[in-house]
Amino acid sequence: MKMTKYVIKRILLMFFVFFVVTTICFMLIRLLPRELPQNKVQAEAIAQRWEALGYNEPLLTQFAIYLRNIFTEFDFGTSWYIQFREPALNLLLGRLAPTVLVNTYSLLLSVPLGILLGIYAAIKKNKWQDSLISTGVMVFVSVPSYVYAFLVQYFLYFKLDLLPLTVYSLADAGGSWFTGKMFYSMIPPILALSFGEIASLCRFTRAELTETLTSDYMLLARTKGLTRGQATARHALKNAMVPILPMIIGSFVSVMSGSMIIERIFSIPGVGQLYIQAINLFDYDVFMIDCIFYSFVGLLAGIVVDLSYGFIDPRIRMGEK
Amino acid sequence: MENMNNIPKEKFAFVHHGEQISDKKFEDKPIGYFKDAWIRFRKSKASVVAAIIILCIMLYSVLTPLLITSHDATFMCSTYAKKPSRVTWLRDFGIATGGVDRNTNEAGYIKLVAIGAGAVSGKGEAVSLKEGMDSPYQPILHTGAPYVQEMGKKTTYYPVKVDTYLEVGFLYTDVEQAEYNKILAWQEQTGIQVIYPMVDTRNEYCFDPEDANYWYKTKGKAVPVSTVGGNAKSLSYSEDLVLEDNYKRNADGSVAYFSYTGGGDQNTAQMKIRVLYYNYYRYLYGSEPNYIMGTDSQGYDLALRIAGGIQMSLLVAISVSVINFLIGAAYGAVEGYYGGTTDIVLCRITDILSGVPFIVVATLFQIHLAQKVGAIPSLLFAYVLTGWIGTAGRVRTQFYRFKNQEYVMAARTLGARDRRIIWKHIFPNTLGTIITSSALVIPSVILTESMLSFLGIIKLGSAEATSLGTLLSDASGIWTQYPHLMLYPALVISLLMICFNLFGNGLRDAFNPALRGVED
Repeated sequence: MKMTKYVIKRILLMFFVFFVVTTICFMLIRLLPRELPQNKVQAEAIAQRWEALGYNEPLLTQFAIYLRNIFTEFDFGTSWYIQFREPALNLLLGRLAPTVLVNTYSLLLSVPLGILLGIYAAIKKNKWQDSLISTGVMVFVSVPSYVYAFLVQYFLYFKLDLLPLTVYSLADAGGSWFTGKMFYSMIPPILALSFGEIASLCRFTRAELTETLTSDYMLLARTKGLTRGQATARHALKNAMVPILPMIIGSFVSVMSGSMIIERIFSIPGVGQLYIQAINLFDYDVFMIDCIFYSFVGLLAGIVVDLSYGFIDPRIRMGEK
Repeated sequence: MENMNNIPKEKFAFVHHGEQISDKKFEDKPIGYFKDAWIRFRKSKASVVAAIIILCIMLYSVLTPLLITSHDATFMCSTYAKKPSRVTWLRDFGIATGGVDRNTNEAGYIKLVAIGAGAVSGKGEAVSLKEGMDSPYQPILHTGAPYVQEMGKKTTYYPVKVDTYLEVGFLYTDVEQAEYNKILAWQEQTGIQVIYPMVDTRNEYCFDPEDANYWYKTKGKAVPVSTVGGNAKSLSYSEDLVLEDNYKRNADGSVAYFSYTGGGDQNTAQMKIRVLYYNYYRYLYGSEPNYIMGTDSQGYDLALRIAGGIQMSLLVAISVSVINFLIGAAYGAVEGYYGGTTDIVLCRITDILSGVPFIVVATLFQIHLAQKVGAIPSLLFAYVLTGWIGTAGRVRTQFYRFKNQEYVMAARTLGARDRRIIWKHIFPNTLGTIITSSALVIPSVILTESMLSFLGIIKLGSAEATSLGTLLSDASGIWTQYPHLMLYPALVISLLMICFNLFGNGLRDAFNPALRGVED
C-alpha cells in the first residue's frame, strides 16, 4: 500500500517537474526572434499561418494555446523549415527509429560484455588480469566517444576498408531500418558507442561485486560447504545485481535520446541530428518538441531507475522514513 | 610465512623497556585531516603521475606562446593551411620535415622536380632536372622505386615523400609598385630570390594559366614537350633532362618579372608577379615557416591553437568548479542544517532545475546571451545554473550526518550561532567530499564543452579564442587527408580526460576515511 502511494507520488512529482520545465523552455524559446525565409511567397504564407496560430499574442496566451493544442489534438506545433508544414511530432517520431536502434544494438553488445568483464576482474581481484582490465577501463571511460568514432572510422574504413564511413540512408539500405545492410552500416557507430559503455559497466560491476564478495554472508556460504563458484554465482552475484540492474534499465530508457555527437559523425538521421538542425535553421517548434522530449526521457529514466530498485530487491521498501 | 610458528627467540626484542614514558610529550607532530589525505594521495602512483601530466599540459599551454617567437596565436597564413609539422633545424634529422607520402605519375613527378629546377633558374637560364633535384627548394624529400600499374594502359608511378610547404612552389600575386620595389631591395640585401620570371600564359604550351608552377612547355595532360624543330615532342623523365622554359620574354629576349594589371602612379601601380612562396613567406614574416605541430584548417599554428584551447578549457572548467563549489556548499549547508520545510522547498527547486537537460540549457543560453555577453560567459552561466546540484546534494547528506552529533550540540549549548555552527563546526567535515566532487567536475566540463563546440552549439572559432572541440570539429570532414589536424587535439583531450579522472579518483580515495589502512 505504502509502495503504491509512493509510486503515485513519484509519478505526480515527475509530471509537475516536467510541466515546469516545459513552461520554462516554452517561454525561453518563444522569446527568441523569429525569422522569415527569403522566399517572399513562402514568407507570406508562413507569416499568415503564424498569425492564425496565435504566435503574435501575448506569451501566456500563446502558452495556453500551445497546451490546448497538445491536449485536444496532440499537436506540438509545426515544422517550418526542416520539412515545410510537417507536424513536429511526426518529424520527431520519424527520427526516433534510427536513434533507438543504434543505441539498443550498442547496449545489447555492451551490457553482457561489460558485466562479464567486471565479474572476471572482481574474481581475479588484485591479480594481473584485474589490473589490466582496470587500467583499460580507466582509459576507456575517460576518452571521449568521438575519439572512438574517429578511431573506428580510421581503422575499419580507411585502413581495412571493412565497413562504410557513415550510416546508409533509408533508400540505400532497402527502405527499412531493420535490413541486414542497414545493420552492417550501423556497426561503426555501435562500436564507437560501446567502448565507453562497456568500460563504465565493467567498473561498476567490479566495484559492486568486490564489495559483496568480501561480505559476511559469503563467508557463511563458504562455511556451509558451497564451492567458490557456487557461492559467487548464487549469493554474491545476485546481491551485486541489485544496483546494477536498475542502471541497465535506466540506460535502456535513455536509448531514446541517444548521442548527438555520434549521430553527427556517422550522419545518422536521428533525434540528435534533428535537434542540431532545428537550432541551425531556427525551426523553433521542432526545437521545442525536442527539448520536451529530452527532458521527458531524462525524467522517465530517473523515475524508472528509482522504482526498479523496489521491484528488484524486496528488501528495499520505498516511501519509508 | 611458513616459519611464523617457530621464530627463534633471539629475534624478539623489547620495543621499550625500563624508563617511564607516560608523561612525555609526543615527539612527532599530529597528522591532521589534510595531511593524512596528502599522505594517502602520494601513495597512489597513478594519481601522482596524472597530477604531473596535468601540470605538464598546463605548462605547455602557458609556455608554448612564449617559446614560439616567430609568430603569435592570432597569426594566420592561409596558403600554408592544413600543413603537417615542419621545423627547419629538425629537418636534417628526418623528423618534422613537413613531408607526406604520396604516389604520383610521371607528369606529376616532373612537375615537382621542376619546382626545384625553376627555383634554380632565377634568370631563365636552362637547368637540368638533376640541378633542380639538388636545390634547397626541391619539394621531393625522397623517391622510392617507380612501379608500373596497369589499368587499361600502363602508367608509371613514383612513390615520393613531398615537403608540402615547398610543394606550394610558385604563386602569382598582385602587388603595388612600391611593394615590388621593397621586395627587390630585400632580395638585394639578403640574397634570397623571391620574384621569379613570369610565364607566358597565352601560348598553346601553357597547361594551366592559374598555376605558376608550370613554367615549362607542356601539352595534353601536362606532359612536358620540346618544341625544337617546329613540332612538339613529348619528353619523358631522366636526370639530365633540360625542360624547355615557357617564360614571358621582353623584346630583347630577357625574361619579364612582372606584368602591369592596372593603372596608378609610380607607387600604386598594380602589378602581377610570380613569387616562390617559401621565400615570399620569409620576406613577409621574417622567418622560415616553423610549425611544430603543423597548421590548422585555417592556417593558424596548431601548437598555439591547442595551447589556447587548453587554456580556454581549463579556465572554463576551473571557474565552473569553483563557482559550483561555492554555490553548492552554501545551498547544501542551508538545506541540510535547517531541514524540514526549508529542505523540502529547496529540494523541489533542485528537482526542477535538474529536470532540464543540460544540452537544452546550454543551447538556450547560447542563443539568448552569446551576442550580448559572449560565448564563454554564457557557457559559464549554463554550467552554473545546474552544475552545483550534485555538490549541494553531497553537502546536504554530510550535514544530516553531523548536525545531531554531540559536539554540535555542545557548541549550541555554549551559545554559538547557526552561522558559526555551520561554517566552523560542520562544514570542515564536508570539505573532503566537496573537493573530490569539484575535482571530478573538471573533466566532465572539459568533455561537455568540447562536445558542445564540436556540435557547433557554441561557436568559438575566432582568432583569439578557440577550443579543442572546435579544432576537432574543423578537422572532422578533412582529417583523413590531414591526420595531424585530428591527432594532436584528440590526443591532448584524451590525455586531459584520463589524467583528471585519475587525479579525481586519487583525491576521492585519499579523502575517504573508510579506506584508511585498507591498502596496507
